[in-house]
Parts: sequence; structure tokens; C-alpha cells
Amino acid sequence: MTKRITIDPITRLEGHGKIEIFLDDRGNVARAYFQVPELRGFEKFAEGRMAEEMPRITPKICGVCPTAHHMASTKAVDDLFKVEPPRTARLIRELVYNAFMFEDHALHFYFLGGPDFVVGPQAPKAERNILGVIAKVGLETGAKVIDMRKRVRNIIITMGGRVIHPVLGLPGGVSRGVTKENREEFAQTAKDAVEFARFSLNLFGDVVLKNKGYVDTITGDVYKHRTYYMGLVDAQNKVNFYDGDIRVVDPNGKQFAKFPARDYLKHISEHVEPWSYAKFPFLKAVGWKGFVDGEKSGIYRVAPLARLNASDGLATPKAQTEHDRLYDVLGGKPAHNTLAYHWARLVEMLYAAERMVELVKDPDIMGAHIRTLPTQTPSEGIGVVEAPRGTLIHHFKSDARGIITQANLIVATVNNAPAICMSVERAAKGLIKDGKVSDGLLNMIEMAFRAYDPCFACTTHALPGRMPLEVEIKGPDGTLIERLSQFIG
Amino acid sequence: MAKPKVAIYWNASCGGCEEAFVDLAEDILKVVKAVDIVLWPVAMDFKRTDVEALKDGELAVAFLNGAVRTSEQEDWAKLLRRKAVLVVAFGSCAHLGGVPGLANLHDRKSIFESSYGSLPSVDNTAGTVPQRTTRVPEGELELPEFYDTVYALDQVIDVDYYLPGCAPPPNLIMEAITAILSGKLPPKGSVLAPAKSLCDTCPRNETKPEKLEIARIKRPHETMLDPEKCFLAEGVICTGPATRSGCGERCINANMPCRGCFGPTEAVRDQGAKFLSALASIIATEDPAEMEKVAESIPDTTGLFYMYSLPSSLLTRKKTATK
Repeated sequence: MTKRITIDPITRLEGHGKIEIFLDDRGNVARAYFQVPELRGFEKFAEGRMAEEMPRITPKICGVCPTAHHMASTKAVDDLFKVEPPRTARLIRELVYNAFMFEDHALHFYFLGGPDFVVGPQAPKAERNILGVIAKVGLETGAKVIDMRKRVRNIIITMGGRVIHPVLGLPGGVSRGVTKENREEFAQTAKDAVEFARFSLNLFGDVVLKNKGYVDTITGDVYKHRTYYMGLVDAQNKVNFYDGDIRVVDPNGKQFAKFPARDYLKHISEHVEPWSYAKFPFLKAVGWKGFVDGEKSGIYRVAPLARLNASDGLATPKAQTEHDRLYDVLGGKPAHNTLAYHWARLVEMLYAAERMVELVKDPDIMGAHIRTLPTQTPSEGIGVVEAPRGTLIHHFKSDARGIITQANLIVATVNNAPAICMSVERAAKGLIKDGKVSDGLLNMIEMAFRAYDPCFACTTHALPGRMPLEVEIKGPDGTLIERLSQFIG
Repeated sequence: MAKPKVAIYWNASCGGCEEAFVDLAEDILKVVKAVDIVLWPVAMDFKRTDVEALKDGELAVAFLNGAVRTSEQEDWAKLLRRKAVLVVAFGSCAHLGGVPGLANLHDRKSIFESSYGSLPSVDNTAGTVPQRTTRVPEGELELPEFYDTVYALDQVIDVDYYLPGCAPPPNLIMEAITAILSGKLPPKGSVLAPAKSLCDTCPRNETKPEKLEIARIKRPHETMLDPEKCFLAEGVICTGPATRSGCGERCINANMPCRGCFGPTEAVRDQGAKFLSALASIIATEDPAEMEKVAESIPDTTGLFYMYSLPSSLLTRKKTATK
């Protein structure tokens, strides 16, 4: 008799996610499907719009990572209008971008992913959330988190008008410059952000790395996949969030490909399944082999751990030290441990803070020349950034008036969609035996995809950061056998 | 006395409206003290069955954000309407259809053909498209229906109040919550924001000449934007005259023109038409040929004037001949 387990709803970026787990006759997992039940069609309705409006339209894909879409579109329209932004504009963009990466990563650790570790995966479910984190680390730390996030988000508000859907980017530059007062404020914020990131890494060290049980879970087989990894790197192969070439390493860490964003179509394709509105990207040169890992499968991963795996390190000193420590503990590069995404996220947070300090220090950030007006006939443009959740590519074609004729978007979380399917399936296979579904299982399954900071849940960026999870076990005729549900931190 | 029960839910949305609640920061604690949030998928545990188990009318208020595009979203909207005394359409998408409402220039077929077919990164020679039900070796998988049309919330259910903006700013959210808790509510159907136009509260209003006249339209990327002057006076399209105030002039503060996320001003049905008429009145020519030239310099009036409001406008969607 086949049983199925439905996990529905999982809150997510664009509506809902659903997981269907099918059990075999013995009650073990035969197959798990992760489904995306929504589509909004941004690529289609971008057609006919004025290209310069793309940085204002595409952020509506995601109100949690709007800055990523805004920046990818802004860079794509630079390219489309064939205009190079002045150095000052570039510095401002990168500053806003790193501020965004910082606050977004911080939120995930404290409000969403962190509670599983800080409070504990086996803690009472009512405590496995931000309130539980505060109870554990103290109110003072809680206030610090809220204050830091607010101040860093304020950099985005100052320059972009708004933090939900900022508007600073225009083809060829930005809409406003940095004043002396802004710069002083940003400098202090950036400096404090560095300290805050170090504090967070210390907290992770104390709470997680000193706990053998956690380390065993992180390094265990249930949360492990050998895949390809992708991320943006600079000329020295160091991680860069704002710009660079896309680098892919194979499961052994060997460089597999390195290419400018404009060549993405030579390297990435998207597979379609009839049971999901989401598409499944894969490496063209390897091919789509289904939901399997290893060298022979074109599935790759993106986002924090993948970025570190795909790079030769980080360009700022403190973050580089933390990078080295991470790989020492995990036994070398690349690391395939999905739960180590949490750790990599904090290392990146430190990099973002250090990078903010550098950018604010640069005297050119105060420059008056913030835009270059385009003079050439627009035609086609591709923009890439590293979103918190992975490589994000915007690709537009236009007519001579700058009217979009085609838009193609490879969205960060979507890159991880095949891997998320595998991770959920593997966790389910490791945890569901003989048809027995325990209460603790639910959080363990949840943890399998939460590690990716699923922006398929914009979800994950909210207070107090619980995700609902409901598991229904149904007989083949659809009758409900058992229903389990819980709060997830 | 039991605290009033509140639900917060999202349909076809981006999560920005959820972030807007989170950006209440310390104030969210006050809210949590005053009410019981019994549904907020982004932040709290919820089950559809929990909502189903509530008595009809047991919810004091349901804040719904997002447009309605799928059968699942319509189901949720109807369920919450039954359970809630008040339904507030929260944010531009629920209020007007929002940016995703621009998909009404297309339909399901063309969106599927593009998304799963013609786009350059798609590898789909088999022509697979998502299905309502799919037979897999282990059983059957289901997806909600994807509609031809994007709907604003009040096109699907009865709505009591509207909280505008993409996303609504924290001060208006707190004002709305306070008004609901104190029972001091305006007439049903009100938009919970100032009745004025954005121009009335715009810090650049002083630089707007008594009689606004423009000879040529400039697209934002074609001109250096003066950080203090009225955009329209500079020939840059700013939908401020046809847009409700209350946003805090946040785009203007970043030196970018308004795109209308707060929707039309009081008593205006169609924001885009209103802006078009405002624009026509400031174009400095009576000559039809000249007028035409100016019009041609805005190659996408629909996308620009109806960026947030197409589904709720008089146009609603692209009309196709009945087959």
C-alpha cells in the first residue's frame, strides 16, 4: 500500500510551497517532490515596458530581496543602453548592495535559521523562534540585533528612498549622491557592523561548534550532497556580490567553468516538470540527469556555502580568516554539508561589513559625477549579482527605442530548486523509516531546506520567523491517516 | 476579555507587505499585546484547518495582501472573507492588482508559452507545461489552476478597507490598526490614507510653476534629474498628480519620480486615465501633430500610467476576441 505525506503549506517567496513524499510498501521513502504552485509571469509582462523601468518593476518579484533584483536589472540596463556608470555610482551601488547582503544574512541567522541551533532542534517548538533566541542570548543581544538591522537598512533607505523596493538605480548610474553627513553615518554603521558580524560568528562558535551533537548533524550524511557549485568571483577568484565572472567548480572543487554573465546561455539551461510552476536549472555541459547529485548530474548549488566553494576565498582579512576556519573544521574545500550554509552565511556577513567599511572610506564615494547619460542605441543587456540566495541573472532585449522585447530571468533561489528537492528527499529518506513519522522529523525536514535560506519563502525574513509545517499521511484513497503539525523556528 | 483575532495572509505577492509588518519594529510588540494573530504564514504557525475551524466572523480583521491569480488564492480569499468581520486589502496588489497585474496584457497561454517554451534558457523540446494533475510513478501530483487574469482583491471578495502602497508605510499600518482597535473607522470602502494627491504633499511642490507646461517628455535615463525641481516641470513623467499621498514621498526622496503605487486619489476610478488627462493639460501645444509627437515620446503609456492599477482600472485587461 502506498502512503503519501503531504507537507502543505510551506510559506514561501511567491505564495506557497508544497512537498509530497511517497512511501513504498515498507513505509520507506520512494520519492519526494517539492512543488511550486505559483507563477506570476514577470518575464512575459516585462515585454513592451520601457527598459529603464525594469529596475523599478522586477524588484516586485521579491519584497525581501528587492535590492538584488533592482541591482541585477540596473546592471542589465547599463549593458542594454551601453553605458558605463561612473566610479562614484558604482561605489554607491556596491555599498547599498553590501548593506543589503548584511541585513538579510543577519536576519536569517537570528530570526530564522539560527533558532534551530541557538535554541536547539529538539527544544520545545514554542521556543524555537526569535523569542527563544532572545531568551537564550539575552534581551540586550536581541535589542542589538534589531538596532543593527535597522541602521544597516537605513543605508538603503537613505540612498534608495525605500528599503522595500529601492529606486536608486538608473542606466548609467544612480539617482542621488552621498552627502558628508551620510558618509559619516554610514562609516559608523559599517564599523559597528563589522563588530556585530564578529560577535555573531563567536556566538555561532560557542553555541554550535562547541556542541558535538550539532557538529555531527552538520557533518552527517542526511544533510549532504556532492554537487557543482556556482558563484561570482573577482579577477583573483575571490567572492564578490556585486560584480565579476561566474565561476563553477565541480564536486571535487576543481574549476569547471568561468565565464562572464553574458555567456550564461552557453552554460545554464532550465528543465521543466509538469508538476511544478518552477523551472529547474542545470549545467548544460553536464546535462539534466534528474534529481541526482555527483559529477554526472548537471545540478549545481548557489548561495553562501556554494559561493565560498566556488571561490578562492574572500577579499577582506577578517572574513578570510573565518573562511579558513570553516574549511578546517569541515575537512577541506569544497564542503558539501548543506547545514554549513548557516556558517558560510555568517562568514559572508562579515565580508559584507568589511566591504562596506572599504567602500565608505573610498573618497570617490562622495563624487559629484553619479551618472553617465546613455548616447547609444539600446539593444540587449545582461546583469548579474550574487543575491543572498545565489546567482541572479537578468537578461533583456529591446528595440531601438528601449522597449523590452524579451526578458529572461534566472532567479537566485530557482538555481537551488533541484538541490532543495534532493535535500528534502534525502532528509525524508534518512528520517522516515517503516512508515513511522515522528514529531521531531518535521523540524528535521524543515531544516533540510531552511539551510538554503529559502527565499522561496520571503517568509524567512520575517518576525518571529516561524514556518508552519503540516504533514498529512494519507492512504491511497486519499483518506487521512494521521496529521502532524508544529511551529518551526 | 479575549483579544481580537487577526489574520495576515498573502496571495500573489512578493513578501514586501510581510516585511512592512516586520518594519513596524518595536511597534509590532504593541500589536501582539493588543491582538491575537491567528494566521500569519510568514511569521507564525498556521494551518488552513485552524482557519477553517474558526466560527464565521470570529476574526476581527483579515489583512490580505497580493493579487489573485490562482484557484488556491481565490479559495483562501473566500475562506478569510467568511471568517472575518473586516477585510483589509493590504498593499498595491490587493488594492489595485499591483505590478503583477501588468500580466493582464497577456493570458495564461502566452505566459506559459514564454515561460516554459520560448525563453532562451529553457530546455524543453518535449513541450512540457505544468499541469493541474500529473501522474507520477508513485501517485498523482496536483497544482492550483493558473487563471488567465490577475484580479484585485475586491474583484474576488467584498473588501471593507484598503491600505495602499507598495508596500504600505509603517505609520499608515499603525494608524489603520489603531483605528480598527478603537472602532473609529471611516465609512466602508475607504482607503486608509490621506485624500490629497502626492503633489499636494510633495517637497518639490514649490518648484512646480503656477501653470505647468512642457514641450517635450524626457525619460528618466535621458536627463540629469535635478534633486530639487518638480519632475513634471522638467519634462519627466511623474504620476504624482494622479496618485494619492501618504507614502512619505519616499521615491521623491531618492530623486526618482512617482510611479503611482498608492493608487488614484479620492473619487477617481481610473488612475491611468486621470494621469493622461492631467498630462494632456500640461503639454504646451494645441497642434495635434505636435501633440502626437509628444505622445510618441512615451512609448509605453499602459505600463507607465497603469504600473500598479491595471486590473482595477476601466481597462482591466487586454481584451481578446471570443473564439
